[in-house]
Amino acid sequence: MATQHKQQVKNKRPSLSVEIAGLKLKNPVMPASGTFGYGEEYAPYLDLNGLGAIVTKGLSLNPRAGNNTPRICETVSGMLNAIGLQNVGIDAFIEHKMPFLDQFDTPVIVNFFGNTQEEYGEVAARLDDVPGVGALEMNISCPNVKHGGIVFGTDAAAAHQVVSSVRKRTGKPLIVKLTPNVTDIQVLAKAVEDAGADAISLINTLTGMAVDVKTRKPRLANTIGGLSGPAIRPIAVRLVHQVVQAVNVPVIGIGGISRAIDALEFLIVGASAVQVGTANFVDPNAMQTVIDGLEEFCRNEGVADINDLIGTLEV
Amino acid sequence: MKNHKTIILSNQEISPGYYRMRILAPEYSRLAKPGQFVMFRVQRSLPPLLRRPFGIFRAGFMASDCDGMAEKEFIEILYKVVGSGTEIMQELHQGDRVELLGPLGRGFDLGDPHEEKILVGGGIGLVPLYMLAEKLIETSQVRLLMGGRTRNDIITVTEFERLGVETYVSTEDGSLGEEGLVTQVLQRKLDKYPKASVYACGPMPMIDAVQRICAERGTSLQVSLEALMACGVGACLGCVVKGAGHSTENPRYLCTCKEGPVFYAEELDWNRLEQQNSAGGGCH
Ligand SMILES: Cc1cc2nc3c(=O)[nH]c(=O)nc-3n(C[C@H](O)[C@H](O)[C@H](O)COP(=O)(O)OP(=O)(O)OC[C@H]3O[C@@H](n4cnc5c(N)ncnc54)[C@H](O)[C@@H]3O)c2cc1C
Ligand SMILES: Cc1cc2nc3c(=O)[nH]c(=O)nc-3n(C[C@H](O)[C@H](O)[C@H](O)COP(=O)(O)O)c2cc1C
Ligand code: FES
Repeated sequence: MATQHKQQVKNKRPSLSVEIAGLKLKNPVMPASGTFGYGEEYAPYLDLNGLGAIVTKGLSLNPRAGNNTPRICETVSGMLNAIGLQNVGIDAFIEHKMPFLDQFDTPVIVNFFGNTQEEYGEVAARLDDVPGVGALEMNISCPNVKHGGIVFGTDAAAAHQVVSSVRKRTGKPLIVKLTPNVTDIQVLAKAVEDAGADAISLINTLTGMAVDVKTRKPRLANTIGGLSGPAIRPIAVRLVHQVVQAVNVPVIGIGGISRAIDALEFLIVGASAVQVGTANFVDPNAMQTVIDGLEEFCRNEGVADINDLIGTLEV
Repeated sequence: MKNHKTIILSNQEISPGYYRMRILAPEYSRLAKPGQFVMFRVQRSLPPLLRRPFGIFRAGFMASDCDGMAEKEFIEILYKVVGSGTEIMQELHQGDRVELLGPLGRGFDLGDPHEEKILVGGGIGLVPLYMLAEKLIETSQVRLLMGGRTRNDIITVTEFERLGVETYVSTEDGSLGEEGLVTQVLQRKLDKYPKASVYACGPMPMIDAVQRICAERGTSLQVSLEALMACGVGACLGCVVKGAGHSTENPRYLCTCKEGPVFYAEELDWNRLEQQNSAGGGCH
């Protein structure tokens, strides 16, 4: 870029706004489901109006108790969790949690899941006419209890079927969140795009395990958990890169983001937005730090609009 | 509740493996309640990734280094070196940058003024009891029963004495005070002061034994619990304990960080507190 032009851009405030599935976001940064509660937990520490969107804890048709403890443990540059999708249930969410979130000038994305295809559909239907819900994010990393516990998101046919059935029951923008625990992510991404997903987010946690060598017990009561945090970022960047190649719908990048340069990796490989998860635990202000850092980067690099960065990977 | 980017004022070993860290902490004297905690982070350090929870031992003011400058407001935390995070902490010095998220959680209820109070501390579990004693001593007779494995685990007892608290020390190896468990001392004190309320913090087997003793006698008991924590603010649901009436059909989990760490004994499910069997189910 010509130096003169770069100089002009430096003096102007770069535009950070992006659009995903018809949803206009002030900036491309939002929390990852399950790391930000229902928003109110972090409101004392962070201006929720400053975020691109708010993503809720995963919700199910009925309240869910979650797993036994220990549910978390720290690993090298990451953590394992097996919370067990504890949540208040969709009706309590709509009645008690949504009014708080609706006060903000920030789109709310409701993450949800089900044990069966019918449950997925029912939760989506109940959210359809709830004001303030900007989009749905469908977590398909869950076992289908009616079909031998096979995880919807690891089987292209099952994923296609469950996404199609949800598609029929909601008019809201539908984001489908992929699990990385598959052999070929592109097959899954194409299947959910074909089934009507308006956008794809990834990655959910990678399955992992840790052992306490003194007691010889797993460090999680559930034995196996999901790995998140900085440790997973290179894997996440690779998977996002592959999905962007395979589909036309916008992609939201997730995995180990705690600083602007982490988010930029995802944007450059082609994600239109990012989610910040585990980093919220480390620093409640992490998302604001990422947003400020993105603005600074754009200014320094002479980028007037963050959209000009998206998908600019040079290979 | 706030995240302070701040600095360490001092960090000293007070007994083998136990440290006292003083941290610059604006507003804490006004805000912190007995039994509350902070999520502590060594700035710009990774590992450890997650913050570590520590009880607030006390909050106070100290004279500034320069004349005419405002006094410095600080908190003290006491910690035992047990793993990777606390190993890094023991190497920190005055002026090192750290972050404090807090004060967090529900602290102790002070209970009826003028009623007798018995505090039971096991090892590092003594920490949240000091601020509590400072408050209780204004209106009540306060006794501290302090237990540990050896004399090295008995810390800061003289500071409680200076407040006017009557203290009773016991160690399992008899190297300081009475030989045996702190719960034996508790039985005797409750025989003598049957109307006292009890406040306890320490290792889980001690808390469990204290609960049994108090339940048998109908004694009011508040306990401060520890749990593995990631967020400290009620967002991750990693720190839960089973509440009274919990069952598989009717699960009732309480967040240690938000609904605790202090609970009335009757709020908890004591049959299941220590039971950590696997339940299966999805991730997250
Ligand atoms: C509300 C609260 C208040 C606390 N107050 C104090 C205090 O005042 N002083 C103090 O020394 N410690 C306190 N703890 C415990 C302290 O948080 C842990 O000792 C610390 O996190 C260990 O970190 P580490 O990295 O050194 O150990 P790790 O390497 O993480 O673990 C080492 C060992 O300690 C155990 N452990 C780790 N985290 C915790 C935890 N949160 N609670 C209990 N056991 C744990 C692990 O199971 C393991 O066996 C408190 C915990 C809570 C929840
Ligand atoms: C404690 C915890 C709870 C989570 N709960 C959910 C959830 O309910 N639904 C979901 O789709 N993902 C959930 N996730 C996955 C995150 O949204 C995210 O995909 C993953 O943590 C990777 O991002 P990170 O490395 O930035 O944390 C959870 C993650 C953690 C650490
Ligand atoms: S530590 Fe996250 S909910 Fe308590």
